[in-house]
Amino acid sequence: MTTAHATAAGGDAPVFYLKDEHAHPEGSSTMLGFWIYLMSDCLIFAVLFAIYGVLGASYAAGPAPKDLFDLELVAINTAMLLFSSLTFGFAMLAMLKQNVRGTLIWLGVTGLFGLAFLAIELYEFAHLIHLGATPQRSAFLSSFFTLVGTHGLHVAFGILWLVTLMVQVNRFGLIEANKRRLMCLSMFWHFLDVIWIGVFTFVYLLGVLR
Amino acid sequence: MFDNIDLTKLIFGRLTWDAIPIHEPILVATFGVVALVGVAVAAGVTRYRLWGYLWKEWFTTVDHKRIGIMYMILGIVMLLRGFADAIMMRIQQAMAFGGSEGYLNAHHYDQIFTAHGVIMIFFVAMPLVTGLMNYIVPLQIGARDVSFPFLNNFSFWMTAGGAVLMMMSLFVGEFARTGWLAYPPLSGAEYSPGVGVDYYIWSLQVAGVGTTLSGINLICTIVKMRAPGMTMMKMPVFVWTSLCTNVLIVATFPILTATLVLLSLDRYVGTNFFTSDLGGNPMMYVNLIWIWGHPEVYILILPVFGIFSEIAATFSGKRLFGYTSMVYATVVITILSYLVWLHHFFTMGSGASVNSFFGITTMIISIPTGAKVFNWLFTMYRGRIRFELPMMWTVAFMLTFVIGGMTGVLLAVPPADFVLHNSLFLVAHFHNVIIGGVVYGLFAGMIYWFPKAFGFKLDPFWGKVSFWGWVLGFFFAFMPLYVLGLMGVTRRLRVFEDPSLQIWFVIAAFGAFLILVGIVAFIIQIAVSIMRREELRDTTGDPWNGRTLEWATSSPPPNYNFAFTPVVHDNDAWWDMKKRGYTRPLEGFKPIHMPSNTGTGVILAGLSVALSFGLIWYMWWLAAVCFAAIIAVAIAHTFNYDHGFHIPKDEVVETEAERTKLLAANGASA
Repeated sequence: MTTAHATAAGGDAPVFYLKDEHAHPEGSSTMLGFWIYLMSDCLIFAVLFAIYGVLGASYAAGPAPKDLFDLELVAINTAMLLFSSLTFGFAMLAMLKQNVRGTLIWLGVTGLFGLAFLAIELYEFAHLIHLGATPQRSAFLSSFFTLVGTHGLHVAFGILWLVTLMVQVNRFGLIEANKRRLMCLSMFWHFLDVIWIGVFTFVYLLGVLR
Repeated sequence: MFDNIDLTKLIFGRLTWDAIPIHEPILVATFGVVALVGVAVAAGVTRYRLWGYLWKEWFTTVDHKRIGIMYMILGIVMLLRGFADAIMMRIQQAMAFGGSEGYLNAHHYDQIFTAHGVIMIFFVAMPLVTGLMNYIVPLQIGARDVSFPFLNNFSFWMTAGGAVLMMMSLFVGEFARTGWLAYPPLSGAEYSPGVGVDYYIWSLQVAGVGTTLSGINLICTIVKMRAPGMTMMKMPVFVWTSLCTNVLIVATFPILTATLVLLSLDRYVGTNFFTSDLGGNPMMYVNLIWIWGHPEVYILILPVFGIFSEIAATFSGKRLFGYTSMVYATVVITILSYLVWLHHFFTMGSGASVNSFFGITTMIISIPTGAKVFNWLFTMYRGRIRFELPMMWTVAFMLTFVIGGMTGVLLAVPPADFVLHNSLFLVAHFHNVIIGGVVYGLFAGMIYWFPKAFGFKLDPFWGKVSFWGWVLGFFFAFMPLYVLGLMGVTRRLRVFEDPSLQIWFVIAAFGAFLILVGIVAFIIQIAVSIMRREELRDTTGDPWNGRTLEWATSSPPPNYNFAFTPVVHDNDAWWDMKKRGYTRPLEGFKPIHMPSNTGTGVILAGLSVALSFGLIWYMWWLAAVCFAAIIAVAIAHTFNYDHGFHIPKDEVVETEAERTKLLAANGASA
């Protein structure tokens, strides 16, 4: 039954190997592989969210979200990251048109938004620590700094990657390999955006409500 | 004067001469032996000018077969260390009665039982399982390599790097004294201020990176690189179980990574995740580590179920009974393994409802597992069974594992668990399933696929000695522990009061010595087989009359695996080809594109080890330099766009002609 379709016409012996074959194009598994990596990274954040969910109200008689979070600052920060996702989208559109200059410019803008996000986050952290709300103060603050900080580390790593790719696109052009890499970074960047939406809602908005 | 001291601290962190355990004669002797062997090996390699060969052909290789073999060697070497720990514990417990303190002090003994667990799981079972998957999966799906060959090399070296850190802790500093999962608050900075837990953390983190990446790699390989015609339900069962295992790896190792990061933050930064004050919650760690830890045991056992399936079918000369149910059972176990973690700590006090849920899910796992056992039995039923070594291990597995499974169901009943929790009954149970399942399966798999990898079979006589040593040794070593556990003896004890218990520990120690016979016989088996390799030579590529594609190519396979990509029509693709008159193609060869070797994996893993060493000993400059170097090397690697070369047509023709000659001489051509 399973052999019928593979038997050559006229009932000859079935085909058991490919005479003419196309090699697997390089990078044919990259997108799948990167997706799986992102999901594994997502699990790391899932753990950090779970930790925050369990320990987020353990203030140990220290400061609570209400005393600490400045929603306006966080809103500006969120805007920075959302805009950076938008501009990365523009970079990808330019890439599809094989427009090296446009790609580089939009990538540059994305990187600047990313840096702004990081700068604001670091300012917020410094401010909290100045107030005495250090990661060591309570389990709530430990989990807050770790969750938000891990996201921030990812953004920093993304910026490093972005700069590397800008150099590579500039030097080697929009060749297949570079397009594939841009695609991966794009997925990574939007993924961080999605995680941030979770952080913003779950940590900041719900935190202030609590 | 004071400046001087500060400078030493700046350079060496907390590393001082006290960290070298010269006051422990056992460690000094061990170091002597390890150093001697190391020097001998290094001298031999230098004498025969093999460094260049090793570097070019092995260390930097991206060939999945060679990487697989390196994993196997790592696993077997670490087995010796892990077993040395085991037999030391057995001797200590058999001696330490009637006021005797035994021969191990508490500081050393506690490190030994921690190291034994960590080594056996992370650096023996994992490398051996990963090695077999790495070697066999691409061959079974008719591929030339894995999806990401460089990543494969990097993964191996990270695993090896973790093992190096682990071994370092033996001679520089100490290892954790916490048990193999390092529960806080014991593993926190307050109660474990030394470097032991830091060695634990960083060796697992470094090895964990390798494991996660190799999981991603093998999933992609199985999903994307199968030969034409091989639909999901035509994959060999070993490929299916490997797929499920790697899904579990990717779905759980990040949890281990995150959990250990949180523990490190508690230790290094002073956060309060798992501390007992300022809002921390140690049970959070226990939950998280078991959300990784329970699937981990299925990561080990599932591939082995696949190995037994291949062997049962091959040596019964029959198609595997219930292929579809086997696949579904595997998938169900994969999912359920995620829903049972809490059974490791029913005594946490989460209440009757939660405990009932996890007790019931645990018991449900025995249903698909039982289905598998029946499938193997029915595969053997009315088969023409050849009792060669792999089949002997398979039968021993079925007998032993079922006992372990039943004691597992017993432990899954929460009220019973309250009594047996942390007792030697538990220790007996998990050794029963890990030795009776994973270890037996690894031996079966190694013996089954050895001729494929090296071109000659393993000597059956010494194989049988090893088999009986292990199987009898297992029963002698662990059945007494069931008895002791039922009598209430808890695990990890160093000395005992009640003299009536001693006889059981003596029997267990005797069993450990039988297992030692099994291990020594295995090493002799390999040595004898190498010497007798011409008699044991496999010229056909198919020494067992196999059923799956790895037997379609030569033993050992050429580096391109298959000159022409096979086309698959049936579950047992090679069996089907043999039955329906497949003729080996003798012409029309083409150049074959293969990935090039690279040293980046070795360099990155080496830097990671140095980074970890810096972090363990608080040599911050070293950590910073290594971290920067890792980033720089990784970025530099991405500037290399050329990842491949073509094996010229002539070389393919030559290799294949040689095989034709061999087959003709063998009288089994075509």
